[in-house]
Amino acid sequence: MTAALRDALLSAAVALGLFAPLVGLAMDNGDQGLVLRTRPLAAGIMVALVFFGRLGMHLWVARPGREARAVRRSIAVPKAASKYIAPALLIAAVLLPLSGSRYYVDLATLVLTYIMLGWGLNIVVGLAGLLDLGYVAFYAVGAYSYALLAETFGLGFWTCLPLAGILAAFAGVLLGFPVLRLRGDYLAIVTLAFGEIVRVVLINWVDFTHGPNGITDIPRPTLFGLRFSNDEGSDTVAAFFGIEAQTIHRVVFLYYLILALALLTNWVTLRLRRLPLGRAWEALREDEIACRSLGIDVTKTKLTAFATGALFGGFAGAFFATRQAFISPESFTFIESATVLAIVVLGGLGSQLGVALAALVMVGGLEMLRDLLSTIGEHMGSELFSGLAGDLPTYRMLIFGLALVAMMVMRPRGLVSGRTATATLGRQDA
Amino acid sequence: MLSVADLTMRFGGLTAVDGLSFQARAGEITAVIGPNGAGKTTVFNCVTGFYRPTSGSIALIHAIGARFALERMSGHRIASRAKIARTFQNVRLFAGMTVLENLLVAQHNTLMAATGFGVLAVLGLGGYRAAEKAGMDKARRWLDRIGLLERADDPAGSLPYGDQRRLEIARAMCIDPVMLCLDEPAAGLNPRESEALNRLLLSIRADGCSLLLIEHDMAVVMRVSDHIVVLDHGQKIADGTPAEVRADPAVIAAYLGEDEEA
Repeated sequence: MTAALRDALLSAAVALGLFAPLVGLAMDNGDQGLVLRTRPLAAGIMVALVFFGRLGMHLWVARPGREARAVRRSIAVPKAASKYIAPALLIAAVLLPLSGSRYYVDLATLVLTYIMLGWGLNIVVGLAGLLDLGYVAFYAVGAYSYALLAETFGLGFWTCLPLAGILAAFAGVLLGFPVLRLRGDYLAIVTLAFGEIVRVVLINWVDFTHGPNGITDIPRPTLFGLRFSNDEGSDTVAAFFGIEAQTIHRVVFLYYLILALALLTNWVTLRLRRLPLGRAWEALREDEIACRSLGIDVTKTKLTAFATGALFGGFAGAFFATRQAFISPESFTFIESATVLAIVVLGGLGSQLGVALAALVMVGGLEMLRDLLSTIGEHMGSELFSGLAGDLPTYRMLIFGLALVAMMVMRPRGLVSGRTATATLGRQDA
Repeated sequence: MLSVADLTMRFGGLTAVDGLSFQARAGEITAVIGPNGAGKTTVFNCVTGFYRPTSGSIALIHAIGARFALERMSGHRIASRAKIARTFQNVRLFAGMTVLENLLVAQHNTLMAATGFGVLAVLGLGGYRAAEKAGMDKARRWLDRIGLLERADDPAGSLPYGDQRRLEIARAMCIDPVMLCLDEPAAGLNPRESEALNRLLLSIRADGCSLLLIEHDMAVVMRVSDHIVVLDHGQKIADGTPAEVRADPAVIAAYLGEDEEA
C-alpha cells in the first residue's frame, strides 16, 4: 500500500511537470496580441486524475485471485457472448432505421462500413496471420473501380459492385505475389508501402483518376432499377410506391445495403472457416513449415487469403463511392488502414463478434464521445472552467487513446479472445 | 522404394552430406543414425523437399510403378503427389487449433478437391458434406489408434509432450503417405512412451507404409529397424541389418570417437 501510494505520488509529480505548462497555461487573443492566462484548476484536475488513476490501477492489479478470474473470463466470454450479444446486435441493427433519426442512421452506416472492412481484414490478419498495413488500398481500388466504370461506361452500381470486388481481389493477388516469402515486420512494411503506392498513383495519374480533385457525381444505387430522387420522373422509388419523396429513403436504403454487404462478409467468412481453405489459413498462421510438410500449397493459400480479404475491401469501397457520390485520394490515407487494423486487434484477432464490437466502440463511440463532451462543455457554466469548457470536445482523442491503452492492458488479446473450433467430435459436455 | 544416389549438399563451404547413396526398401523401417552433426537431418530435408540438394538424385518409386524425382520437386508437392510425409525434430503442431482440426488440416488436399473450388461448398452444395464426413471418420480412427479420442476437441498445444509426438505422427499419416519420415520421434520420451511409440511404428509398417527414421535412441533403433544406414561427417560408413551394423568396426569407432583413419 505504501509502495502504491509512493508510486502514485511520483506519477502525480510527473503529471504536474507535464500538465502545468501544457494545460495550466493558455494563450488567448487579447487586445494587443496574445495574452497568457493561467488555468490552475484544470491542471489540478489532471494531476488529481493521474494520482487516483495510478492508485486505482495498483489496487486493481493487486486484488487477490485476479489471474484465475482473468483466465476463466476469457474462456467464458466468447460462448456466452456469441449466444446473446450477436443476435441482439443484429436485431438492433435491423430495427435502427425505425428510430427515424437521420443522424443515427448515417452514423450506423459509417460504423457498418468499418465493421465490413474489419471483417475483410480479419480474414488476412486474424485467420491467415498476415499483417497487412495497406488494407485501405483495396478499399481505394474498389471505390475507384466503381467510380471510373460508372463515369466511363455509364454502368450502374449493381453491375459494378462485383466488378469492383473482382478488381480489388486482383489487386490483392498482385500484392500477394511479391510478399509471399515475407512474414511479420517485413510483410507489414511492404503492405504499408503498397497502400501508399496506390494512393500516390491515384493522386498523380491525373488523366485517369482526375488526381487530387477526385471524382464527382458518382451515381447512386438503384432499387431494382428504381432511382432515389426528388425529381418528377416515373422511375423513382417514390413515384413507384406512390409516396412522398424524401432524402431519408435513400439514407435508409444505403444503410440496409451496407448491412447486407457486411452480413454477407460475415457469412462467407464463417463458412470459409469451417471449410478446408479456412482451416488451411489458420494452419498457415500457426506454422507455415508444417503446412508445407502436409502438402498444402502455401503460395496458393496465401494468395487466396489476400484475394478474399481484398474482395470484401473492394465491395466496401464501391459502397463508399456510391454513398459519398464523391471520392478523392484523401479518403484513402494510412490512417484508414490503421483504424481498421486497430479495430481488428482491439476486437480480438479472428473474432467476428469482437471486430463488430470494436468498430462500434472505435467509430461510433468516438462520435458519441464528441457529442457527450460538447454537451458537458455547454453545461459547465462556472467561471473556474472558463476556457476549458469550449475546448472539451478536442480532448476526445486523448480520452479515447487512454481508453484504448487501458483496454489493451486489461484484455491484451482483444475484446473477444479465444477461438471456437471449426469442427468437433461433440464429446465435450457443454 | 526410395533410392538416394550420390547425394551431396553444401552450405557455402561446409559439405553437410557428401556423395551419399542408400536405398530404403518398400514396407521396411529404415533408420539413419550417426553422431551429432553427421548430416542426418540434412538428408531428411533433402528427401522431403525442404532443401534442394547441390547434386545427386533422390527417386521414389511407388508400388504401382510411378516414379518421382524428388530432388526437383518442391516441399508441398512431395507430400501431395509423391506421398512422403514427415515429422519434425521439434514438434510442429498447429498449437492453437484442436487435435481434431490438426488431423483435418492434414487432409487438406483431399477435402479441398471436394469443395468445388470453394464456391460450391460455401453455398452448401456439391459433395463436400460426404467428403468431410469421411475426413472426420479417418481422423477419429487415428485418434482412437493413438489413444487421444478423448482429447479431440482440446487445443493441440495443451497436450503432454508424448501425446504431441504421437499426434504429429497421426497427422502425417492422414495424408495417406507411402513413406513416413520421422525426425527423432523418441526424443524426450520416457521409457513407457517410447514403448508405445515402437508399437505405433510397427503397426504403421504393418499397414504397408515404409518408414525412414532418424533416431538417437538406440533401444528404439535396434528394436524396430529392418535396415540401418550409419552416417558420419556426411558420408555413409555402414549399411545393413541391426546385427551387422552393431558389429561393424567403423560404426564402433565413430560412436566411441576414435580416429576414423585408424
